[in-house]
Amino acid sequence: MSNLIDDDPRIIEFDVRTDEMLVNMGPQHPSTHGVLRLVLRTDGEIVSETEPHIGYLHRCAEKIGENVSPRQWIPYTDRLDYLAAMNMNLGWALTVEKLMRHGVGEKARHLRVLIAELNRIASHLVGMGAYGLDLGTFSPFLYAFREREKILDLFEEACGARLTYSYITVGGATADLPPGWLQKCEAFLDQFEPIIKEYHALLTTNAIFVKRTAGVGVLSREMAIDYGCSGPVLRGSGVDQDMRRDGESLYTGMYDGYAFEVAVQKDGRYPRDHTYPSVPKEAVLGDCWHRFFVRMLEVVQSMDLVRQSIDRYAACREPLGEPLKLAEKLPVGDAYLETEAPKGQMGFYIVGNGTSIPWRVRARSSSFSNLSVTHELCRGCLIADVPAIVGSLDIVMGEIDR
Amino acid sequence: MADFLIGLGLPGWLAWSIAALVAAVLLHNVIAGGALVFIWAERKIAARIQDRLGPTRTGGRFGWLQSLADGIKLLAKEDLMPEGADGLLFRLAPYVSFCASFCAFIALPFAFDVVGQRLNVGVFFVVAVLGLEVFGVILAGYASASKWSLFGAMREAAQVVSYEVPLGMCVVVPVMLAGTMDLVTIAEKQSGWMSNWYLFHDPFTFVIFWVYVTCAVASVNRAPFDLAEAESELVAGFHTEYSGLRWSFFFMAEYGSMFLVSALAAVLFLGGWNGPVPVAQLVGLSEGTGDSAAYFVRLLGLANLIGKATFGVLLMMWVRWTLPRLRIDQVMTTCLKYCTPIAAVMFAGAMFWQLFLPGGLLPGWSRPAGEIREGWLEGPGGLPATSAPAVRSAGVAAAEPSDSSGLATRSPR
Repeated sequence: MSNLIDDDPRIIEFDVRTDEMLVNMGPQHPSTHGVLRLVLRTDGEIVSETEPHIGYLHRCAEKIGENVSPRQWIPYTDRLDYLAAMNMNLGWALTVEKLMRHGVGEKARHLRVLIAELNRIASHLVGMGAYGLDLGTFSPFLYAFREREKILDLFEEACGARLTYSYITVGGATADLPPGWLQKCEAFLDQFEPIIKEYHALLTTNAIFVKRTAGVGVLSREMAIDYGCSGPVLRGSGVDQDMRRDGESLYTGMYDGYAFEVAVQKDGRYPRDHTYPSVPKEAVLGDCWHRFFVRMLEVVQSMDLVRQSIDRYAACREPLGEPLKLAEKLPVGDAYLETEAPKGQMGFYIVGNGTSIPWRVRARSSSFSNLSVTHELCRGCLIADVPAIVGSLDIVMGEIDR
Repeated sequence: MADFLIGLGLPGWLAWSIAALVAAVLLHNVIAGGALVFIWAERKIAARIQDRLGPTRTGGRFGWLQSLADGIKLLAKEDLMPEGADGLLFRLAPYVSFCASFCAFIALPFAFDVVGQRLNVGVFFVVAVLGLEVFGVILAGYASASKWSLFGAMREAAQVVSYEVPLGMCVVVPVMLAGTMDLVTIAEKQSGWMSNWYLFHDPFTFVIFWVYVTCAVASVNRAPFDLAEAESELVAGFHTEYSGLRWSFFFMAEYGSMFLVSALAAVLFLGGWNGPVPVAQLVGLSEGTGDSAAYFVRLLGLANLIGKATFGVLLMMWVRWTLPRLRIDQVMTTCLKYCTPIAAVMFAGAMFWQLFLPGGLLPGWSRPAGEIREGWLEGPGGLPATSAPAVRSAGVAAAEPSDSSGLATRSPR
């Protein structure tokens, strides 16, 4: 005791500082989007360090790919980004087609655009709804899922599955669209279009939503590029890049003749600035609000693309064509292709050795790179900001852990 | 009732005890039943807001027995306690919350003279006892041995204690206008037409009502101020480790408090049990006479007050299912930078209004259209003595605090 009294009071004061606390957020946590585990170092409400731990959903998908033929691996690609399984199918199918130098017909091309963009809408709806959930509002989540259900109904009619479709496959698609499907799809788009305004009213322009997201988790343009971010995360930071426009010709050829504008802020303006809510004053380019808004714009962009592809698909008179055989021999060589999945650039790598089983299969996941910025963004934020930041990255654990 | 029992020859202390017991049991069951109804209502309302159906089958139609079924389920659930938890505090915490929430109902008047215990410091009592609820939450968070619970508890402590300040200021304004802390008298003074409600007394009270609404929502931890149990951040906040009936006690306390702050808003600002149109007065009935007509009028008043309070609760539910949650620093900013200064300015404004314009802008506008029970409303200063004045209505006993004329004896239920 006497020591304490004799000591310099400043030392005692220094000694009774509040302790830092290590908190595990996840893998069982309502807002870590699956089984992500974040280890937070907190001082009260302030997070000084965030460390993501992954691997809870690892299923050796890539290794399995080296033991089955490419078409047999299609169902495994469904389970990478299970919210955008069509886009995963498409990425893998295109990569294998690139290796085999196999092209698809016009009808299959437009069908793929149609399906992939429809799935992009569905994926962004989940991202949007779940983001509302992360910020503590439950209803937009269900409004988003209500519309997503209708897209899933359409998919179910086309391929029989609601989540893991295995529809787009090497050499085309497993089946043509059933009769009357296009009308239903158009009816859905007409019905869905005005609902986007409701989402904007509930979230994008909501004062509390803006307070929670604007200026939070600012990802600078340089940092986004350094960490290899892609998709809406990259575009939310103002980088004008979209693989549908800037990718390899094999992929961009799919979008030949389609008119779309990349959803990115240029000169302080977004495309469609006049029809959609203006950027709030508090928002900084690269913050959570911008990432969210880019996704909302991409929903509209995808709707446009779906409408265009419906017309083109309907104009094609030839049959869809058969996909490749299940055990088609692969040539010797390798191929890598990146496509623009809803979450970002999804790359697939395949090495063929003359048999029907690939020698190497690898996937480059956009969510993995996007997640890697969390520790930068979460430094010094509040605990409540952690779900807001992680949610705005819109990650899917199936894709990260593969 | 106590008088009646004394009349039967029972000793005074026994008569009082029996009367208090009956009042307590009645109150307790009414509030607990009300909480069940509100939990059911919240599920239905949330479902309707979200394009769902909510419970549909339990109890035949509309799932009206769902809350009861849940209650039975919770009773049957295993009672878990984390290994590192502080057993005594962990067990104690839900009851502290629950008692605080329910005790506050003692002083809440449901209709003229339908009150568990009329207190001359009723407002003070209700606000103070309701403030105790935070102890249960802090205890729960502290004793749970869970970091998430601790976060929830610290948030709750910071938030609720801060919001007590503007809430207190808001509550003081009607007290100042009425010149008494007796909730029954405050409501009495707003009888007559809707324009007599303190909400419409002057511009300052109108503004302060909305400040009160904000602070009340914050002090009962409802969205967008539900930080203590922020599910997307803190899993479930302070009640993360609770299960079974203990968890349901927290739930009952929350719904009880929601109803209480709404009812308090009704009494302080919305005329209490006085409807927008004084129907009873217009047809010549009085609630204070003690005959059967008076009971009927009180029943009307009861429906009025419960209707107003229910509306407040429904408003909170609507807000909860619409808005995102604020962040802790934003919650504190809202309190300290907006609510408190606004409440302070409005308090000062209402004070000066009362001083310079006691009769209102338009003469006769804010005067009761019917009879004025208390003559001192017309006093020159407008401010009567602060000691609880007796209600000089025929057939009603004097309003001494110890006089338990109340729910037990005169409840229309």
